[in-house]
Amino acid sequence: MTSLPRRLLAALLTAGLLTTAACGEQTVDERIAEASEDGELIVYSGRNEKLIGPLLEKFEQASGVDVTARYAGSAELAAQLLEEGGRTPAAVFLSQDAGALGAVQEAGLLAPLEEELLAKVPERYRSDEGAWVGVSGRSRVLAYNPGEIPESDLPQTVFDLTDPRFKGKIGVAPTNASFHSFVTAMRVSAGEERTREFLEGLKANEPKTYNNNLLVLDAVDKGEVAVGLVNHYYLLEKAAEAGGLEKLTARNHVFPGDDPGSLVNVAGVAVLKGNESGDARAFVEYLLGPEAQTYFAEETKEYPLASGVEADLEDMPPLEELQGPDIDLSELSSLQETLALLDEVGLT
Amino acid sequence: MPGTHAPAPARQAPRPPGPRRARGGRPRPPLLLLGPAVLTAAVALLPLAYLVVRAGEDGPAAVADVLLRERTARLLLRSLALAAAVTAACLAVGVALAWLTVRSDLRHRHAWAVAAALPLAIPTYVAGFAWISFAPQLAGAPGAFLVLTACSYPYVLLPVSAALRRTDPAAEEVARSLGLTPWQVFRRVTLPQLRPALTAGGLLVSLYCLSDFGAVSILRFDTFTLVIYTSYQASFDRTPAAVLSLLLVAVTLVLVLLEWRSQGRASYSRVGGGGQRPARPVALGRLAPVALLGAAAVAVLSLGVPAAALVHWTVVGASRGLPLADLAAAAGTSLGYAALGALVTTLLAVPVGLLAARRGDRLPRVLERISYLGHALPGIVVAFSVVFLTVRYAYPLYQRTPALVLAYVVLFLPLAVGAVHSAAAQFPPALEDAARSAGARTAEVLRRVTLPLAAPGIGAGAALVFLTCMKELPATLLLQPLGSTTLATQLWTETGVAAYSAAAPYAAVLVLLSAVPTYLLGVRPRVAGGGPR
Repeated sequence: MTSLPRRLLAALLTAGLLTTAACGEQTVDERIAEASEDGELIVYSGRNEKLIGPLLEKFEQASGVDVTARYAGSAELAAQLLEEGGRTPAAVFLSQDAGALGAVQEAGLLAPLEEELLAKVPERYRSDEGAWVGVSGRSRVLAYNPGEIPESDLPQTVFDLTDPRFKGKIGVAPTNASFHSFVTAMRVSAGEERTREFLEGLKANEPKTYNNNLLVLDAVDKGEVAVGLVNHYYLLEKAAEAGGLEKLTARNHVFPGDDPGSLVNVAGVAVLKGNESGDARAFVEYLLGPEAQTYFAEETKEYPLASGVEADLEDMPPLEELQGPDIDLSELSSLQETLALLDEVGLT
Repeated sequence: MPGTHAPAPARQAPRPPGPRRARGGRPRPPLLLLGPAVLTAAVALLPLAYLVVRAGEDGPAAVADVLLRERTARLLLRSLALAAAVTAACLAVGVALAWLTVRSDLRHRHAWAVAAALPLAIPTYVAGFAWISFAPQLAGAPGAFLVLTACSYPYVLLPVSAALRRTDPAAEEVARSLGLTPWQVFRRVTLPQLRPALTAGGLLVSLYCLSDFGAVSILRFDTFTLVIYTSYQASFDRTPAAVLSLLLVAVTLVLVLLEWRSQGRASYSRVGGGGQRPARPVALGRLAPVALLGAAAVAVLSLGVPAAALVHWTVVGASRGLPLADLAAAAGTSLGYAALGALVTTLLAVPVGLLAARRGDRLPRVLERISYLGHALPGIVVAFSVVFLTVRYAYPLYQRTPALVLAYVVLFLPLAVGAVHSAAAQFPPALEDAARSAGARTAEVLRRVTLPLAAPGIGAGAALVFLTCMKELPATLLLQPLGSTTLATQLWTETGVAAYSAAAPYAAVLVLLSAVPTYLLGVRPRVAGGGPR
C-alpha cells in the first residue's frame, strides 16, 4: 500500500508538469508585448462563449487579428479589472450590462472611445464620458397569453399588476438578474416606497415563481399563467425555434411611456486604458458594424443599437419607439438594496 | 504497510496517561518540519491579508455599516442554521452507513461502502441542477438541505469508517457480555471512540456548507455566500464583500476552536504489536431489510437522481453528436490543474499534518487550525485575493498555472492536512522514538519511519484535494491561463445558454473522472480524511 501513494504522487507530478509544458505559458507582460507585435487581441467577455465565440471568429477572419478571450460573469470580470488596477492583459471588455462598464469607467480604467464610434449609437445607450458604448439592447416586456387575457384588457403600467384581477395569473423569475434590474430601475425611478408597495401587492397576488425567464415564457405560452415579466427576446427566440411566431400563443406587450416595466438595458464594450491599439479600435468598430449588429439581431433577437442597421424583430416596436424609465443605466448597479427589498417582501 | 495494520486505540478510556506525556522532556518539533509548516500557515493566511486591506479601505464606519445591516445578520443566521442542519444530517447518515458497511452483516457491504463514498465525485451544482429539474418544488431551504447533505455526508462517512475499522472490538464484546443492549454498546462504548472522527468530519461539512454557492444559487436559497457574491455586483465596491468575508473567517475560527476543545486529550494510537482482531459483524437479523432499504434510499438520493439527470441529458445531447475532441481537451486540462493542485497542496499539508498529530507543543496545532481559515471562504473571494496579490507582488505569475494552484491550496488545504493528521495519529510516536534512540537523525526518521507510515493518509489527502479541484469553478474561471478550458468552466458556459444537453457530457466526464479517486477512498476508507486527532 505504501507504493500506491508514491505512484499516485508520481502520476500527479507528471500530469502537472505535462500541463504546464503543454500550455507553453507566458507571463502577462510577454503576452501583451507579443499581442501588440503579432496582432493578438485579448478580450474579457462577460457574454457567453456560445454567443460571442462565433463573432470573434468572424472578426479574426476579417481582420487577421488573433483574439483570445477570458469568459466569466460580467460582474466578476469588472471586479477582476478593478483588482488588477490597470495592470490588465485585456485590451477590450465586453459586458452583459451597463452597470459593470460604469464601475470600470468610474475607476478610471477605460480609454476614451473616438467620437466617430460613439456617434453610431443613440446617446442614451452609451457612456456620458464616452468611455463605453452599447452594442445591443433588450427591453423588459409583459408576455401575455391572448387566450387568457385579451389585448384590450392588458395593463398600461406595470404597477397595475397588483390589481386583484391578476391574482394567481402572473409568472415571475424573482431570482433572475434581469428581474433584479427591473426592480432596481423601479427603485431608482419611482422610489423605494412605491417599489415596496408594488412588490408587496405583487406578492399578495400570489404570482407563480419560476427559475428563469424561459420557463416563465413557456408557462405563459401554455396558459399556466396569463402574463409574465420577461425580456423581449425570449418569445422571439422561441418563435424562431418553433418555426414562426404564428406557431406560438404568447405575445409581447410593451408598457407605454417611461414605465419601469419597459426598461431597456444594453450589452456594451469598452477599451482598457494602457492597452489601446488599432486592433482594439477595429474590434469595437466591427461590433458596431453591419455584420455584428445583424448577428445580434438574428442570433439573440436583441435590438441592434448602431444606426443604419434595421432589425426585423417581430411583435416589437422599433428601437426609436422604446422609451422605458428615464434613468442612467450605470445606476442599475445598486443591486444589494434591491435584493434586501425582495428578501424582506419575501419574493424570492 | 504497518500504518494500516497497527492502528487501534492504545486504551479505550478517553483520558489515558499517554506514554508521551508521562515521559516528559519530549523533543521539540523538528525544524525540518516546523519551517515548512510555518510556510504553509503563511500561505493560508494570504487571502486574509488581502481581505484586511480591502475591508479597511473605507474606514471603520463603512465596516460597521456593513456588519450592522439587518440583512447581514439574518443571512448569517440562516447560513449557520443550514450548516447546522446539514451537519447533523451528515453525522447521522455518515455514522449509520459507516457502521452498516464496517460492522454489520449487511449484504454486499463492501460494494455499499464504495457506493456510499461516491457522492463526493458529484459537484453540488450538478446535484442541485438535477434535483431542480426533477422536482422544482424543492427550491429553497428543503432542496438546499437535501443536496448539501447528499453531497457532503462522505466527509463524515470516510473518517468514521476508518475509525470503526481500527477500534478494537474487544471492549464492545466485553460490554455486550456484561449485558448491555446493542444500542447501549454503541452509545456508551463505540460512539465515544468515534468522537474525534465525528468532530473532524462535522467541521469539514459545516465549513463546506458555509462556503457553498453552487447548490444554494441553483436551488434559490439566499445564504451568506450569496450576499458576498452580490456585493461584487452591487455598486462594485469590494469593501462590503471583504468585510463579510472576514466575518465568515471569524465564524470559521469559532468552529475550529470548538472542534479543538471537543478533541479532548485522548490518545488514539495503539502501542504494541499483534494484529488487531477484525470485529465480528453484528447480525442485523430482522432489521436487515430496513438497513438495506436505508442504504438504498441514500444511494438513490445522492447518486441516483444526479446520475439519472446526467444520463437523460447526455442521451438527448448525444443525438446531435458528442464533441469528443473538446471533451478530451477539457478533461486533459482539468486533470492537469487538479493534479498540480493536489500535489502542491499535499506537499504543503504534510509537515502541518505530521506535526499536529503529535501532542505537546501548541504551535503545530495552531498552525494546523490556521490552515482551515480559507476553507469557508467562497472561491471567488480567494480568487480575487490571488488576483490582488499576484498582480502586485508576483506579476510574472499572474494568469498562469501557479496562481491558480495557489488558490486551490488556500481553498482545500484542510482536506489534505486532516488526512495526513489522521494517518499520523494512527501509529504510536514510540516508533519514531525508537528510531531516534537507535541513532537515526531527524531526516532519516522522517524518511524511513514517519513518511512510510503516514503514506496512506498522504495518498488519501491528495485524492480528496484532487477531486475537489476538479469540481472547482469560480476561482478557475478568473485565474486559469488565458484561452484554456476545463470541464467545469465548459459546463458553466453551456448551462449559461441553457444548453443542458450540451452541458451534460462535460458533467458526466467530470463525475466519472472524479469517481476514480473517490473509488479508491471508498475501497480504502481506513486511510481517508480527518480521522482521530
